[in-house]
Amino acid sequence: MNLTILKLVANRIVAGLASLLAVSAVVFAITAVLPGDAAEEKLGQDATPAAVAALRKEMGLDRSAVLRYFDWLGGMARGDAGKSVVTGMSVGEAVNSRLPASLLLAAVTTAFSVPVALGLGILCALRRGSAFDRFTSMATVAVVSVPEFLVATLAVLVFAVELKWLPALSYATDISSPGQMLRSFALPVLSLGSVIVAQMLRMTRAAVIDQMAAAYIEMVRLKGASAARTVLFHALPNAIGPIANAVALSLSYLLGGVIIIEVIFNYPGIAKLMVDGVAQRDMPLVQACAMIFCAGYLILVMLADVCGIVANPRLRHQ
Amino acid sequence: MNVATLAPSTTATKRRAWLAGWSRAGKLGLAVLAFWVAVAIYACFVPDSALGEMSDAGVFQGMSAQNWLGTDYLGRDMLMRIIAGTPYTIGVAFIATLIACAVGAVLGLLAAVTGGVVDATLSRVLDTLISIPSKMFSLVIIAGFGSSVPLLIAVTAIVYMPGAYRIIRSLAVNINAMDYVLVARARGEGKAYIMRREILPNITGPLLADMGLRFVYALRLLASLSFLGLGVQPPMADWGSLVRENLGALPIGGASVLAPAFAIAVLTIAVNLVIDNLPGHTDADREKH
Repeated sequence: MNLTILKLVANRIVAGLASLLAVSAVVFAITAVLPGDAAEEKLGQDATPAAVAALRKEMGLDRSAVLRYFDWLGGMARGDAGKSVVTGMSVGEAVNSRLPASLLLAAVTTAFSVPVALGLGILCALRRGSAFDRFTSMATVAVVSVPEFLVATLAVLVFAVELKWLPALSYATDISSPGQMLRSFALPVLSLGSVIVAQMLRMTRAAVIDQMAAAYIEMVRLKGASAARTVLFHALPNAIGPIANAVALSLSYLLGGVIIIEVIFNYPGIAKLMVDGVAQRDMPLVQACAMIFCAGYLILVMLADVCGIVANPRLRHQ
Repeated sequence: MNVATLAPSTTATKRRAWLAGWSRAGKLGLAVLAFWVAVAIYACFVPDSALGEMSDAGVFQGMSAQNWLGTDYLGRDMLMRIIAGTPYTIGVAFIATLIACAVGAVLGLLAAVTGGVVDATLSRVLDTLISIPSKMFSLVIIAGFGSSVPLLIAVTAIVYMPGAYRIIRSLAVNINAMDYVLVARARGEGKAYIMRREILPNITGPLLADMGLRFVYALRLLASLSFLGLGVQPPMADWGSLVRENLGALPIGGASVLAPAFAIAVLTIAVNLVIDNLPGHTDADREKH
């Protein structure tokens, strides 16, 4: 670590925070300013002007949009996201009760997909052009070009319906024993994981192949090193940076995929909470969930950039 | 790049060479795509009554001579439901892609030709939109405005416009530095002329490839939204809604849930195969989000 790297990383973090602020303004504008008057909508057509004015005052809608935005932003920063319009419960509590389940799903998926993707990606790069490589490339293109719910539907069909190995629905309630937990997690993790694995595998393969084209690899070959030794001891250490970048970037696809997976498996996580919120047009809930997802996404993308900066040897020895 | 595009070609050789560089997979993809477009056009001319007709066949029936793809959760013929859903699946995604790419191209060209404050402002604003995951962005907009077909088109166009802008801008900036553009400027040509006559003809190849890619993204996003019940609303249905509606047939492995799912898979993979054969195709912007 030296000063240049620290400065670049600090710059990246500041830029990330600025993006988050801009994103929050967009989210607030779309949900609270553009759709029109929430008070009028709540009271319906028969409302008298006096009643609408009273409700607007109560909801704080008589203040300017900018003031309301800063109020809302302050609330978010303190963890107070207001009350759900539909249930009247605190949004913070609802999110708190659901977030651990989603994080657990994400963690298990990550733990499963990173080793698989890296292993397969390196193997593909090692045997570039072989039948195995071509088959894997075809499979990954197929997986990334179809919607996530198709992968999940197929997984249910194969493992739950045809083979009857696993339950089709996942309930976080029956995770009393490790075996049960494994069974109820298997399908969501498998479906979500296969999408992540496909993304990560492609990028890992590309990163290793990119290194294999370098001049020092030719030198290693001329030295008479085996293919495995060339890749594992020479190419791989130099590809760590791009690979770490690829891993963080691929994990950001978790955020999109988890929405579909939680709905199809009826998994009680935060994405399911948000989709229900969207269907009922429960704005405070949608705002809070959207900000959590956007923050998670920006953190992962930022992490990917930081990995790229830290792993750059030109910056390390300055 | 194949030889035909390098050699100076007359109209006749061009026409013959149009498919010459295409792989077998690419031609297959093109045929599948043409098939679905034909189905979509056919569906537009069939009266609605024929498309949503209830039958007495019972719900979630398997394939039979009468109902080729079985029946859905209300006992409607699944083949007809899929045909009826084709315009919503392909049409909505296509119109949205067209808008996204057209707006992205105009803004991208404008930013590249104008430079300065306009370029910086446009790039900053659109970068903000890119830093929101596409599904999250669509969910937020749908929460704010409710779901309808025009809104879905708008959402998809807004979600994929910044990406198109980025590509077009980076391509146009390179062309903008060419000598012949400088000559045009010296001649006193206006911005609109330079954008349209000097730069645009030189980036049509990559532009088309990018459009194909965005069409796949749009298909995926719209199908996913419909699958969540937030896309095309009943009684209309695209293929994503058909999968959602008939999810009840999954435990029995019914054709009614598999058929629309395979239709989506076949279409998206076919478009991918076509893109791989387009001139100027790059993998650079693939799989963003």
